[in-house]
Amino acid sequence: MSRKDPSRGLLVSPIKNGTVIDHITAGEALNVLRILGITGSTRECLSIATNVESKRMGKKDIVKIENRELRTEEVDRIALLAPHAKINIIRDYKVVEKKGVEIPEILRGVVRCPNPGCITNTNEPVASTFEVLDKGLHCLYCDWLIKDDIANHII
Amino acid sequence: MYHIISIRDFERSDLDYLLDRAQEFDTGNYRPGMLDDKLVALLFFEPSTRTRMSFATAMARLGGKSISVDSVEASSIVKGETLADTIRVISSYVDAIVLRHPKEGAARLASEFATVPIINAGDGAGQHPSQTLLDLYTIRQSMPVDGIDVGLLGDLRYGRTAHSLALALSLYGVTLHTIAPGGLEMPANIALELRERGMEVVEHPNVEEAIRELDVLYVTRIQRERFPDSASYYNVASSYRITTDLLDGVKERLMILHPLPRAGEIDPAVDRTPYARYFEQARNGVPVRMALLHEVMR
Ligand SMILES: Nc1ncnc2c1ncn2[C@@H]1O[C@H](COP(=O)(O)OP(=O)(O)O)[C@@H](O)[C@H]1O
Ligand SMILES: [Mg+2]
Ligand SMILES: [Zn+2]
Repeated sequence: MSRKDPSRGLLVSPIKNGTVIDHITAGEALNVLRILGITGSTRECLSIATNVESKRMGKKDIVKIENRELRTEEVDRIALLAPHAKINIIRDYKVVEKKGVEIPEILRGVVRCPNPGCITNTNEPVASTFEVLDKGLHCLYCDWLIKDDIANHII
Repeated sequence: MYHIISIRDFERSDLDYLLDRAQEFDTGNYRPGMLDDKLVALLFFEPSTRTRMSFATAMARLGGKSISVDSVEASSIVKGETLADTIRVISSYVDAIVLRHPKEGAARLASEFATVPIINAGDGAGQHPSQTLLDLYTIRQSMPVDGIDVGLLGDLRYGRTAHSLALALSLYGVTLHTIAPGGLEMPANIALELRERGMEVVEHPNVEEAIRELDVLYVTRIQRERFPDSASYYNVASSYRITTDLLDGVKERLMILHPLPRAGEIDPAVDRTPYARYFEQARNGVPVRMALLHEVMR
């Protein structure tokens, strides 16, 4: 779309290979980077646009990462923060794959249980396991329910 | 393999079946040597006399043997070892493991690494299903559980026995009356879960207001550690104490239960009234645990 509208153009320079995460809930771009493990000191070449006007969403954030294609677990984490995000895989400047994100029924190793007494917060060889319910995330070990502020619990 | 981990895993028909089995054991309707070739490990990472002894008694009555590891031994055996490894090793010695552990979800984890059945005998502030079954069993001895009014009194915030009993009662159309001191109220997510299960939950400011409506009053311990100083503890504890004065005009069939040990929650004078049923309740731990042990090792 942006290509067809010269007055707007691409907000940032095009990438040859990598991932564009588009339609991120406005304001969540930095959280998306955090859960992808991208910090100020990582070497990925990336650009971020926040609070960009979007026809569909009012405002949105966009993240572009060069030379990296996201793994499924990474996509699952993004879904928790930005349920409308679109993942675009870019190869040789072209979008070769476009997929939505979907919150899985079970989140394994994605969210840390807030209950300090939970067995998953020990050195036992198990990953935290939450089932995704309408009312929140339910720990299958200790029955804790995370109702809000999910971003803060993502591992 | 059949594990007994959480009351949430049970449907009403499972509970009724186990309670019926317990009744058969209670009335002597069983073959005494039923588990004579079986060995159970009682693995307790937290102190407990009552629960551990009643499992040992239940096993002995079925002709089986138990090896018992108490909290002090348990912590030295497993120095630095994960529960997962301990369970894998002990699984290779015995036919079932009864586990008490301070962390919530420990029994669920154990069931993932065990090659024999796990019975949860309490995991931190989490679940204690054999206690819930014996509570239900005791109620059922006196009256059908369906549609009765049950009051939960005391620490409903941290009290695991209260939570799992409430969950079980929600399968029987029971109306729940909660009576808890400020700060020790039932957590909102548990009250929500009970209501989602179709249970009517009524909160009361004090025992006096609720007691005449009740068929069962389930009293739990208010722990001193929850209060900043002993003055505020005594203040609360005294206003939640059951005395004979409170029992004027209650239903004839009212039963007062308590998971024991009690601190000051029930005046000993109440013991002599027909409403006091907590010692009978404690005794019921044996047939209920016989049913559980037999069920997982049959
Ligand atoms: N080579 C590229 N370099 C950087 N960003 C790109 C590249 N190709 C497409 N994009 C961005 O990826 C997103 C999806 O692109 P596209 O499928 O063309 O548009 P849309 O999803 O808006 O119809 C848009 O935000 C677009 O700006
Ligand atoms: Mg677009
Ligand atoms: Zn947990």
